[in-house]
Amino acid sequence: MSAAPGRPQASSHHSPKGEGIPVSPNTDPKVSPAVHGTQHGAVSDPARFIALDAITRRFSSIPPFSERLAKRITGQKASTTVVHAVEDVSLVVAKGETLGLVGESGCGKSTLGRVAAGILGATMGETRIDGAAVMRDGRKATTRIQMVFQDPFASLNPRMRIGDTIAEGPIAHGLVKKSEAAADVVRWLQAVGLDADAAQRFPHQFSGGQRQRVAIARALAMRPDALICDEPVASLDVSIQAQIINLFLQLRRDLNLTMLFISHDLSVVRHVSDRVAIMYLGRIVELGATEDIFQRPRHPYTRALLDSAPRLAADGAPVQEIQPISGELPSPIDPPPGCAFHQRCAFAQARCQQERPLLRQVDHHREAACHFPLQETNT
Amino acid sequence: MSEVLLQVRDLATEFATRSGPARAVDGVSFDVHAGEIIGLVGESGSGKSVTGYSILGLIDPPGRVAAGSVKLDGQELVGMPHSQLRALRGRRIAMVFQDPMSTLNAVLKVSTQMKLAMRAHGNPSKQEMRQRSLQALAKVGIPDPERRLDAYPHELSGGMRQRVAIAIAFLNNPGLVICDEPTTALDVSIQAQILIEMRTLVREAGVSLVWISHDLATVSVLASRLLVMYAGRLIEEGPTAEVLRRPHHPYTQGLIDSLPSRAAPGKDLLQIPGSTPSLTALPSGCAFKDRCAHATTACDTAPAQTIAPPRTWRCHHPLNMDAATAVLAATS
Repeated sequence: MSAAPGRPQASSHHSPKGEGIPVSPNTDPKVSPAVHGTQHGAVSDPARFIALDAITRRFSSIPPFSERLAKRITGQKASTTVVHAVEDVSLVVAKGETLGLVGESGCGKSTLGRVAAGILGATMGETRIDGAAVMRDGRKATTRIQMVFQDPFASLNPRMRIGDTIAEGPIAHGLVKKSEAAADVVRWLQAVGLDADAAQRFPHQFSGGQRQRVAIARALAMRPDALICDEPVASLDVSIQAQIINLFLQLRRDLNLTMLFISHDLSVVRHVSDRVAIMYLGRIVELGATEDIFQRPRHPYTRALLDSAPRLAADGAPVQEIQPISGELPSPIDPPPGCAFHQRCAFAQARCQQERPLLRQVDHHREAACHFPLQETNT
Repeated sequence: MSEVLLQVRDLATEFATRSGPARAVDGVSFDVHAGEIIGLVGESGSGKSVTGYSILGLIDPPGRVAAGSVKLDGQELVGMPHSQLRALRGRRIAMVFQDPMSTLNAVLKVSTQMKLAMRAHGNPSKQEMRQRSLQALAKVGIPDPERRLDAYPHELSGGMRQRVAIAIAFLNNPGLVICDEPTTALDVSIQAQILIEMRTLVREAGVSLVWISHDLATVSVLASRLLVMYAGRLIEEGPTAEVLRRPHHPYTQGLIDSLPSRAAPGKDLLQIPGSTPSLTALPSGCAFKDRCAHATTACDTAPAQTIAPPRTWRCHHPLNMDAATAVLAATS
């Protein structure tokens, strides 16, 4: 599993054989016109390789007919419920960088990941990869960004052989000729540490860890430049989790992949990420370099999250002093006014109840959305 | 140490499968003392949950407890008639499961479910039941218990549901509660709340707890003693801090080393090669030998349990041995 199939240049992802002359996306519209962002004055900037620009995603549900009728009779206004899953999030991921996205369930991290991957449209805002829009006219318009999901039991078609699952995308998008698909599948299987004969088997013949390798191979077969990984190791056992994390580290080195790594597990994110974004109730509350954030959190929520996670000390000794955060995540249907965290925050003051803090620079390379960010000395 | 509340000896539980009987639990022995919290750790398929179910007599065909003994306060539970077991379960031993949505009844109010649990073991008055319910809910940190009594499970958050399940388990003041991954489905902040509440609850009520989990860090917050299982066998046991600092079994060492927090950020994690063997096709001898860096031909025979109080292990080549432990082991 050491030698990953060669991709001579990251930008050659659309050349049919995955090799040969590097093709610049902006100069070769013939290969796959739909996927190249030649419009909108697409500018390539490695520092903004993945750029999420003011993403807002809301889900609304219209109440059932009976309820609307009842409201109408009684003269009330029928109200649509709106879930504010992601509110005004802007993030950039540099080429080759791994950005960790951390938050508890319901904070909107998976929704944000799906919007970034172009699987889900944004209510407002836009995602770009290498300057080109990820979605156009409500459809995904690029293959350069791919996704790995949490549950490899749900994300693989149980009736398709692994080889067909992996080859389906590349053939459909003309990345690989049908006659060469089998060889291509074998290369990707080996890249993720599976044997070539895995191609003939079905998902149920694999363990959870192997299935996640297949899911990764499927994503890689599309020659992506970027991967969105949504809790890719959460459903795996500890010993298998270590194997898959190592695989991600190796693939990132070999293929120069740009990654958005979504997880609720702080120790996993700390291990794989260059930078970390902490999300709370649909918004980014802190953003910075991984070790800085873990050693000197500036947002009280980040600090509370770190204090509440069970962990082992460096010598293996158990750390029995965990500090729970009081209360629960407020409803994203009816977010509290002011700072969304103020009801649970030990440092909240009157201002926090009225005025929502904006994400702002609090330090070099550090942003936090807090009126009263914690001080540097606070470790 | 205080008296032994639960004594498990050579417990073996089998499931009939198409490819022959699978020994999910194979010769497991341990004690739980009164007021003690023990952590039962292992990966999926290690037999940790089946051990919990076997203690409570919850193994249904095609599974069966094939051998061994489980004694609660000296009373044998293996082979006990169902009616007698029913009288014990919920009163002297209770269980908390991983997913409260499947253990709570979705169409009954919280108050009704609590009443059912109390009526199963007595005939308390309405007033007494309400009183005890409110107390139980308050003890597990449920704010505004009066209002929650009238709620249905779907009206509660995941954390609140698990608290209700825990409150029900503690309703009849059991001596022993078996918790099977009760916080795995919860967020870290909620998990931390429940862990702290559990610790207080156990201290106040003097209950014994068997905390089953795959997560070493979570278990170590609560448990004073750690039991590690692999492929149905108990491979290592000892005080939590000692097992974590100086694991004797290579598998335990491998589990600890593969935690992301043990490696420098961005560097490869130490990993255990391979995956857990199938229970119907276990290698002969030590079940871990194919994945073990220390394995020799000696490992083709199954290692017996070495007992060097307070530690025990099953390995021909134990790691991190000091002189005193080695002497104890040699004389055992």
